[in-house]
Amino acid sequence: MSPEERPPIEAQSEPDMDRRNFLRNGVTAAGAMSAVAAALSPLKDMDPDDLPSVRQFLQKHYREMTPEELEEALARIAEQVQERHGVEAHVTAPEAKDGVEFVYALNLSRCVGCRQCVHACVQENNQSRSPEVQYISVLEMPRGTMDLEQGDCHYDRALVPDEDHFYLPIQCHQCAKAPCVKVCPVGATWTEPDGITVVDYDWCIGCRYCEAACPYHARRFNYAKPSIPEGQVNPDMSYLSNRPREQGVMEKCHFCLQRTREGRLPACLEVCPVGARKFGNALDPESDVAQILRTKRVLILKEELGTLPRFFYYFDERYPRAGSPTQDPEEGK
Amino acid sequence: MKDYFTFLWRCFRVSFVGDRRYYLWMMVLSIISLLGLNAWARQLVYGLATTGMTDQVSWGLYIANFTFLVGMAAAAAMLVIPVYIYRNRELHDLVIFGELLAVAAILMCLMFVTVDLGRPDRFHHLFLKFNFPMSMLAWDVIVLNGYLLLNLHICGYLIYCAYQRRKPSRAFYIPFVFIAIVWAISIHTVTAFLYVGLGGRPFWNTAIIAPRFLASAFAAGPAFLILTLEVVDRFTSYEVPRKAQQTLTKIVTVALLINMFLLGCEIFTEFYTDSAHGASARYLFLGLHGKSALVPWIWTAIGLNTAALVLLLLPASDSLKFVYPACVFLIVGIWIDKGMGLIIPAFIPTPIGEIVEYAPTLNETLVCLGIWAFGLLIYTILVRVTIPVLSGQLTMDTDYSPKFPRRRVALPDRGNPL
Repeated sequence: MSPEERPPIEAQSEPDMDRRNFLRNGVTAAGAMSAVAAALSPLKDMDPDDLPSVRQFLQKHYREMTPEELEEALARIAEQVQERHGVEAHVTAPEAKDGVEFVYALNLSRCVGCRQCVHACVQENNQSRSPEVQYISVLEMPRGTMDLEQGDCHYDRALVPDEDHFYLPIQCHQCAKAPCVKVCPVGATWTEPDGITVVDYDWCIGCRYCEAACPYHARRFNYAKPSIPEGQVNPDMSYLSNRPREQGVMEKCHFCLQRTREGRLPACLEVCPVGARKFGNALDPESDVAQILRTKRVLILKEELGTLPRFFYYFDERYPRAGSPTQDPEEGK
Repeated sequence: MKDYFTFLWRCFRVSFVGDRRYYLWMMVLSIISLLGLNAWARQLVYGLATTGMTDQVSWGLYIANFTFLVGMAAAAAMLVIPVYIYRNRELHDLVIFGELLAVAAILMCLMFVTVDLGRPDRFHHLFLKFNFPMSMLAWDVIVLNGYLLLNLHICGYLIYCAYQRRKPSRAFYIPFVFIAIVWAISIHTVTAFLYVGLGGRPFWNTAIIAPRFLASAFAAGPAFLILTLEVVDRFTSYEVPRKAQQTLTKIVTVALLINMFLLGCEIFTEFYTDSAHGASARYLFLGLHGKSALVPWIWTAIGLNTAALVLLLLPASDSLKFVYPACVFLIVGIWIDKGMGLIIPAFIPTPIGEIVEYAPTLNETLVCLGIWAFGLLIYTILVRVTIPVLSGQLTMDTDYSPKFPRRRVALPDRGNPL
């Protein structure tokens, strides 16, 4: 649209002028189109594999799929994992069981801040390694405060625990009144009947409103294409939890539902060397967590926000110093 | 129907007609738009990692610009209210420029939201499963698109009537004008509630945000219109009555005063109480734990807004001489205030106390500039096409005046404003 290429202003009577104007307009249009094409040229670097397939594009929301459609989706995921990671994956979609409400309890008197839970979680749940996505942040807190701003989640020590600090791991609190669920414009995240808030990674549009809404900084976004080194993919995966994610979608802790709905324990709990983590069904009065909630001093982080978390912190009644030897009061009786 | 397509075709052709300055302006805007498109294409390939956003600061310049532009769109109401409620005559013919600004601003808003999405390819999920009325973002989608349609209808109808040389039927647009007034307030209120509704972000979780949004929007929007009208007056045959700009100046002054007052209320609450609740405000105004990237920005904004206010309150501002720089100051000031000053600090510190600063990357900045340029391009075309229609040069019977209206030779008895 340079001045030379100005389109005709008046209908010209001479045929010569008509031809010239026609050519001029043609050149202008061609120039504009090639400029747009040049602007779009980075798109040619897109890996065709990253584009949604027709099947994926037409796939329904998880909660609206028929059993056959779900089977098809699981098959597609397995196929994709095979293609991308060369792993034969076992993709399931275990359902929430009746009479189960999962609850987590974390013993602040015991946690030593070793961060083994953080890394076990990354391995179990097929998070991206580069850039690394972690669901658990461990805060190193100076003694004498519960002000999270005083904490440091990037502490780097050869030996933990440090005498002057205690450790506060934070992950998704699986709120009963979850702000993230409330704000999602497309219903891509919701709370399951067993209390786990999940994400349909194939439905999320990546607006990150949930990330802004979460009071626990528990949600993570795939800013870049997730990458998992060869041989590190966990082949036991489920639709709503640890199947590999794609660029531009949200993810978060889901209490390892691929394990816990099958009767196993979360990976972060299994790896904890000091037994600071307890998990179970709050509706079962015999479970560890039900007993802890009944008998221990329990702390709910940001209780005043009214999100009703299913993640509780508790303290041992005796020997309250982190790092000092703790004893089961039953022991030696 | 055929007439209507002829009309569109003629409008399209008019948008290519202009003098050298017009071509230069349009060419610069086109080039910047294409640079922005190029940057967005790169972002589509490599993800939002090409931006400065992180899990800690998960919204940045895109949402900041979006918020500012919602205000610009809402500001059309500030022209409509005097005309249709208070029967202001000077502004009557100028309302349409406000409504066209609303159209362009809303289109820019939609573009800013789109580039902020991680998966724009799934945009259709909004139509398939819409979390209404729970999600404020769902509300925002409705009010923004509704406002766009309302303004497209009002402008389109009035312009097409002028083109057909017939009197617009009041029944076809007056009801929509009144709906649009309420709707304009709603778009900015809903956008404010988008942030206000988040209990986990104390910086946003305060009732003052929505009134402040409106006050700042009603200052920045009309200020932009004053500048637009000045351009229209100088470079086209369309004469803008001086009084119109003076009326707008009054609106801008009052809105800016209210905005500054609300800012004072906010600062008092955060700092006099001095609770942990105010960590984000401390970070914004003073810096926190040695991190202070936003401090120069917010004080620049406050400085610009104060300077604008002083200029506007000068008795000499009746002559509009000081009004133009004041408009520029306050548009920039409010842009910083709503972007760097409102969106980003809410993320710093994070809800678990981590302080990660945010700075936009070059690619992200190019996308923003591209959208701004494209929006201005649209607005220029809309104004360019509207003027000959409204002034009767382009109608159904006369194809269109071949000559681009040159600079007026004589300025009838009203002296050069600058």
